[in-house]
Amino acid sequence: MNNRLRVLRAERGWSQQDLAERLEVSRQSVNAIETGKYDPSLPLAFRISDVFGLTIEAIFLRGE
Amino acid sequence: MTSFKSPAQRRYVFRVMVAMAGYMVTLTAAIRLVRDGHMAGPLAWVLAALPGLCVIGVFWAAARLVIEETDEYRRMLLVRQLLVAAGFALSVATVWGFLENAGLVGHVDAFYVAILFFAGLGLGSLYNRLTMGGDGGCAGEGA
Repeated sequence: MNNRLRVLRAERGWSQQDLAERLEVSRQSVNAIETGKYDPSLPLAFRISDVFGLTIEAIFLRGE
Repeated sequence: MTSFKSPAQRRYVFRVMVAMAGYMVTLTAAIRLVRDGHMAGPLAWVLAALPGLCVIGVFWAAARLVIEETDEYRRMLLVRQLLVAAGFALSVATVWGFLENAGLVGHVDAFYVAILFFAGLGLGSLYNRLTMGGDGGCAGEGA
């Protein structure tokens, strides 16, 4: 699943570590999600959505 | 391996260290008292089984790590690592058993399956690194 995590993070000037701390996950998790190696669970997707103040559909895109 | 350890990982390392310390003590006692013939009867059975129970403590610690790890990505890496380890140990033990049954190889003590499992944790970590990059998982560091 594609996502706009890296772009959204860059727009806010956050490092992966910054985002990881906001989400209360490891930096490796953020990196794995950004690079498309790991799709987050629905609860984590909602946390990501809350952190960016966007809907899940605005962050995660359909497709492989 | 990253230096960052979650609280669950730190608890895992502590539990493994305790189990391994118990293993060393009970194995030494079992060899000196049971195998060398200084103890017999039910107590000898208990003492001879204790090193195995300490190894079970490591399996328990790994299971607790799966339960207690709150980072879902790390938890997924750990589960993959444990599956590779279990698959490796069971596969080698199964094939060895048939080879042994056919008289092609010698007998190997059953507790070597646990050693295969711990070696499999290393393979599982390597598998994670090759397929996911970065951190290969967390079990087996202290084992």
